[in-house]
Amino acid sequence: MADLGKTTVHEREPVDPELIRDILAKHDGEQGGLIAILEDIQTEYGFLPEDALRTVAESMGRPLIDIYGVARFYHCFSLKPRGKHVISACLGTACHVRGAPAIVEELERQLKIRVDETTQDKEFTLKTVNCLGACALGPVAVVDGRTFSKLRRSKVKPLLEQAAAGNDGVEIGKDVRIFPVDVSCPRCNHSLMDDSFFIEGRPSIRVTVSFNHKHGWLRLASLYGRYNVYSEYEVPQSSVVEMFCPHCHTELTSSWQCPTCGAPMVQMIVRGGGVVRICSRRGCCGSRSHMLDLI
Amino acid sequence: MITLNINGLNVSVEEGTTVLEAARFIGFPIPTLCHMDGLSPYGACRVCLVEIGKEPRTKLVSSCTYPAEEGLVVRTASSRVVRTRRMVIELLLASCPQSKVIQDLASSHGVNKQRFKQEHDDCILCGLCVRMCSEQMMAKAIGFSGRGNERALGTPFNVKSEACRQCGGCIYVCPACQLRCSYTEKDSPVCGGCQNLPPPCLEKEKFDDMMCFMSPCVACEIAPK
Repeated sequence: MADLGKTTVHEREPVDPELIRDILAKHDGEQGGLIAILEDIQTEYGFLPEDALRTVAESMGRPLIDIYGVARFYHCFSLKPRGKHVISACLGTACHVRGAPAIVEELERQLKIRVDETTQDKEFTLKTVNCLGACALGPVAVVDGRTFSKLRRSKVKPLLEQAAAGNDGVEIGKDVRIFPVDVSCPRCNHSLMDDSFFIEGRPSIRVTVSFNHKHGWLRLASLYGRYNVYSEYEVPQSSVVEMFCPHCHTELTSSWQCPTCGAPMVQMIVRGGGVVRICSRRGCCGSRSHMLDLI
Repeated sequence: MITLNINGLNVSVEEGTTVLEAARFIGFPIPTLCHMDGLSPYGACRVCLVEIGKEPRTKLVSSCTYPAEEGLVVRTASSRVVRTRRMVIELLLASCPQSKVIQDLASSHGVNKQRFKQEHDDCILCGLCVRMCSEQMMAKAIGFSGRGNERALGTPFNVKSEACRQCGGCIYVCPACQLRCSYTEKDSPVCGGCQNLPPPCLEKEKFDDMMCFMSPCVACEIAPK
């Protein structure tokens, strides 16, 4: 009621009802699967289109207001189209006293948008959050999963430039998003690094792969954040491969599934502590690796 | 049957009865705002607060949602309850002074001032309309969205809902949509007209309660003797 005047009618994006029904079929019969369904729709479109929510309500036989209420309740869901890069600037207490409001103001000024808005070219969306849990590094902002710490007004411009450039074309060693890793087999602990084959000036990771009754080597870039792959046989796009340790011939698997495509994830031990998991599907988000517990 | 003690009286009620129903059953009045017979208890307005437990470990609960328990000791009008209830009403007044229901509550509980920042919200989020729409009208056209201070009531996407049959049930139960009586001081947060202006009944012979045309005016009850 109080909100009515503020509502902006945005142009409707075309929604494919078949796609929504596919997502619903995937979660069929799940108890309380609504949030998972909405997450999948948001992954697909970048936000929750109105028509998609109507289709969900219709197919699930639930009132639309329930779906809408859930979508509006959680901060991770957006009903408005979002830009390619989402900037979450922290306005928590610690960041606030360290000058976060000035950072938000500077971001607003440089992007020429207000908080919770998207730039005209659909590049950036600016959001504020109440705490990112990195108070000692404040003021903090997170852009596309990468944390920018101890921000000052002068650091806002490089932040935007780095975010716009994405992960491609950054200089190794200068950008913290790309760093080299040494990995070993979780079973026999033999190193998987191959000094005889270099990718991007770094020793590659060698594993044995098996797909379509073919076995051969596969070499991965050992730079976290880079997805270059060389293999004996051409692995077709979006096919799932099995990877084996070339030393003990154990299959490198884990009980984890890729959050993007659902394929099993391959787990390797990082020298110096930590685990890296990569999706076993060729071309899945460029085989995005997940770094966990890295010390 | 469950036996509980309300204001020193033992009451036997059936299992599943709420404290509010039990208290009203034996005649102790508890004011309510977001409660309505036929709708599920919600506990949003906190006007129906009562004190339960034995001294010194007592606590305040909303009686409309608290189920009667064996041996429960309830006080519906202890000083703590009255004080807290006044505060709750004062806070309601701070957000929605135009509501006649809240103004009536304020004057019947002697709330003469409002010390908080005055707002003029058109919704107190009591949830009566939402429950009316889904439980009695079976439409489920309106509901809450957002959270925290952005929590608001409305239809999905704030456009006309296809589920709505425009029965008007939500407007009928809304305590905030009704306009308060326009007492002389229009901008004062506390209307208190019934409380401050002596109605004719006080100067003449007292009406029988049932006959008073000013009902639910409480002027005669709170008038200084």
